Amino acid sequence: MDKNYEKYYVPAQSPWPIVGAFAMFFIAVGAGLTVMQASSGGGGHYVLYAGIAVLLFMLFRWFKNVIEESDQGLYSAQMDRSFRQGMSWFIFSEVMFFMAFFGALFYARMLSVPWLGGAGNNAMTNEVLWPTFEAIWPLVTTPDGGTTQAMGWQGLPLINTLILLTSSVTLHFAHVGMENNKRGPLKVFMALTIVLGVCFLGLQVVEYMHAYQDLGLTLDAGVYGNTFFLLTGFHGMHVTLGTILLLVMLIRILKGHFSPDKHFAFQAAAWYWHFVDVVWLCLFVFVYVL
Amino acid sequence: MSSVTEQQHDQAAHHDGHHHPAKGFKRWLYTTNHKDIGSLYLIFSLTMFLIGGAMAMVIRAELFQPGLQLVEPHFFNQMTTVHGLIMVFGAVMPAFTGLANWMVPLMIGAPDMALPRMNNWSFWILPFAFIILLASLFMPGGGPAFGWTFYAPLSTTYSNDNTALFVFAVHIMGISSIMGAINVIVTIVNLRAPGMTWMKLPLFVWTWLITAFLLIAVMPVLAGAVTMVLTDKYFATSFFDAAGGGDPVMFQHIFWFFGHPEVYIMILPAFGIISTIVPTFSRKKLFGYASMVYATSSIALLSFIVWAHHMFTTGMPVAGELFFMYATMLISVPTGVKVFNWVATMWRGSISFEVPMLFSIAFIVLFTLGGFSGLMLAITPADFQYHDTYFVVAHFHYVLVTGAIFSIMAGAYYWLPKWTGNMFNITLAKWHFWLSLVSVNVLFFPMHFVGLAGMPRRIPDYALQFADFNAIISIGGFAFGLSQLLFVVVVFKCARGGDKVPAKVWDGAEGLEWEVASPAPYHTFETPPEIK
Ligand code: HEM
Ligand SMILES: [Cu+2]
Repeated sequence: MDKNYEKYYVPAQSPWPIVGAFAMFFIAVGAGLTVMQASSGGGGHYVLYAGIAVLLFMLFRWFKNVIEESDQGLYSAQMDRSFRQGMSWFIFSEVMFFMAFFGALFYARMLSVPWLGGAGNNAMTNEVLWPTFEAIWPLVTTPDGGTTQAMGWQGLPLINTLILLTSSVTLHFAHVGMENNKRGPLKVFMALTIVLGVCFLGLQVVEYMHAYQDLGLTLDAGVYGNTFFLLTGFHGMHVTLGTILLLVMLIRILKGHFSPDKHFAFQAAAWYWHFVDVVWLCLFVFVYVL
Repeated sequence: MSSVTEQQHDQAAHHDGHHHPAKGFKRWLYTTNHKDIGSLYLIFSLTMFLIGGAMAMVIRAELFQPGLQLVEPHFFNQMTTVHGLIMVFGAVMPAFTGLANWMVPLMIGAPDMALPRMNNWSFWILPFAFIILLASLFMPGGGPAFGWTFYAPLSTTYSNDNTALFVFAVHIMGISSIMGAINVIVTIVNLRAPGMTWMKLPLFVWTWLITAFLLIAVMPVLAGAVTMVLTDKYFATSFFDAAGGGDPVMFQHIFWFFGHPEVYIMILPAFGIISTIVPTFSRKKLFGYASMVYATSSIALLSFIVWAHHMFTTGMPVAGELFFMYATMLISVPTGVKVFNWVATMWRGSISFEVPMLFSIAFIVLFTLGGFSGLMLAITPADFQYHDTYFVVAHFHYVLVTGAIFSIMAGAYYWLPKWTGNMFNITLAKWHFWLSLVSVNVLFFPMHFVGLAGMPRRIPDYALQFADFNAIISIGGFAFGLSQLLFVVVVFKCARGGDKVPAKVWDGAEGLEWEVASPAPYHTFETPPEIK
């Protein structure tokens, strides 16, 4: 029994979690104040930046500890499984986060907008509230008369879809390189993936500018604009995080970290990237095309 | 090279075999120990229980007589809101997480939680979340006043300017819960001692496994809901505003998609505790172990498709009303299976009435009562009458106070001797039980009557005909509140000393947690135990 059992490593006390708790506190208070003071002006955003800085510092030191422990051979296969399972459940929670916004999109599209237009038994809703309102999707004219234009899918969004899909493929090749200990292709494909990620983000910015300047499609342009910007916005934040993760992995690869059979951090970042990619596919279909 | 690694191995083994808690307060800030973190959660939860309880006393004092007596209506609304938020997110959920931290590794023969540092993080962000929430009460404009369910447009168009703080406080609570749940689930899946097969798992572990799944599935949806409230309020989006194509009812759908599984998050671990305690003091094996596991799983799955029973009066299509009515009633089948099994476990057992057992029996009877009122509420046409009255308040306090809270008390009394190595003061504990039992019914039972007679909830004033019952309710409330101070006394006395107890505190108890010494050593099961 002792022979095939490796000791599960339980770290000694660590200061980073409590530092991280302070960071979260500053972030929450700072974000709250920033939002509340948006019109009046105030120092809230400094609290937010301080929180983010502390959080980044904390994460850096925490992961440094983890990497050192891993290098010392303290982690068993069981520990590796804990990390993997933990990461999978984290991604599942992220999926559910996006589900809330997709739910809002479907609800608005299939139910609330048609109802406002008089569907089902809502003829009087339409008649009494906004008799001239017509239910169409994308909702370019809101019940209270705001107008906007819809974002097509053919131009930038299609290109962006191809970019992200390609990046998933290049990342897969990077992983293959990792598993076969081919460090050259590994580095090249990692760098390619990151470049593709940055391109995606750049094009998203271009698209947002196009939306605001040419289409009048803004965050407050009724429920079509709301769902468009919250879904693509949160997705964009996730791509940003994913790109940073991959960048950190590339730096670690260049420093000679990881081996064909020990590269959990790399794999977690890769899972995250594929997840972000799948979310984009759903976005492309439900937000842009349909 | 190889000798270097070996040396490192050695050092490491030496290093982690001997680490002791840091001295003083640093121990609690830096700890990675599941027992320390469990204690932190439990102490935090008790503190929040008292703060939330104090708010309930304000509510009951105001409602003691009709008319506006003590507090402004706006402050009254803040009290009902923050009372609810604190009790749900600050008292009940952390208490269960604390129990999971303490007991799950002991019950499955694991050396600690799977991700010990993250464990500490998920605890320590909680107090900060509640500092933010409580601080907003003292800011100009006041704290959240839109009910714990923060329905739009109350929380958007009509809320005060501090709502962003509420939003971010809830975000933090959610992050804490998700990290905590990931830890529990990974611990259970990955750290069971060899031989601890699925169908040997103690039921507390099973119920927590499923609870953790529910948490990871629905807390992010809550985060989505508060985010949309934030953008509706501060960034002029119209998710919940018909003028822009949204719908306030959509808020309720999203909220209750989280909210209904949430109520099961607060009761499944309770089922686990009761399923642990009842066999111990009946000196029999639990009746129907496998059916308990399947019942718990089906409750969890069904809990995703019943949310709109909170929204019968919003004018859903009839097909929706019917679907959610039948689906809700379906849940009472597995719930009934559980109650049946507990009773069958006691049947012909040699029962003794120690304090944990007293609380468990009270749980079985009173939780069932709450289940019955739930069934009444589940009948759509009947709910048109009951909705938003004190009848609903009666229902959820029976399932939450005499359900969740009583099970937490039962668990605390059951495991306190294991945690501290001392037996608690039994006389005081029995006083606590009987006073609580009587006062809780004086407090909540008459709410059924005033509710059926039409008294609306969340209003600081009421019609004269409800005066007598409300006076009685308030008296029960004060008595229940004061009785809980006894619990605090018992816990602190027990932590400081008392009759020493053996490893197996209760003679009928089964499970790995009774094989380690009392008090449980700082590190347990560093090599996994053998499970027959
Ligand atoms: C047999 C099982 C149950 C049934 C059939 C049931 C049914 C219902 C229904 C139909 C409502 C909505 C009433 C209304 O607003 O008009 C309700 C409210 C509620 N139930 Fe239950 N319930 C059950 C068990 C539970 C359990 C186990 C808990 C928690 C531990 C719980 C907690 C709540 C809460 C907190 C509310 C009120 C939420 C609010 O509006 O603030 N219920 N229940
Ligand atoms: Cu419900």
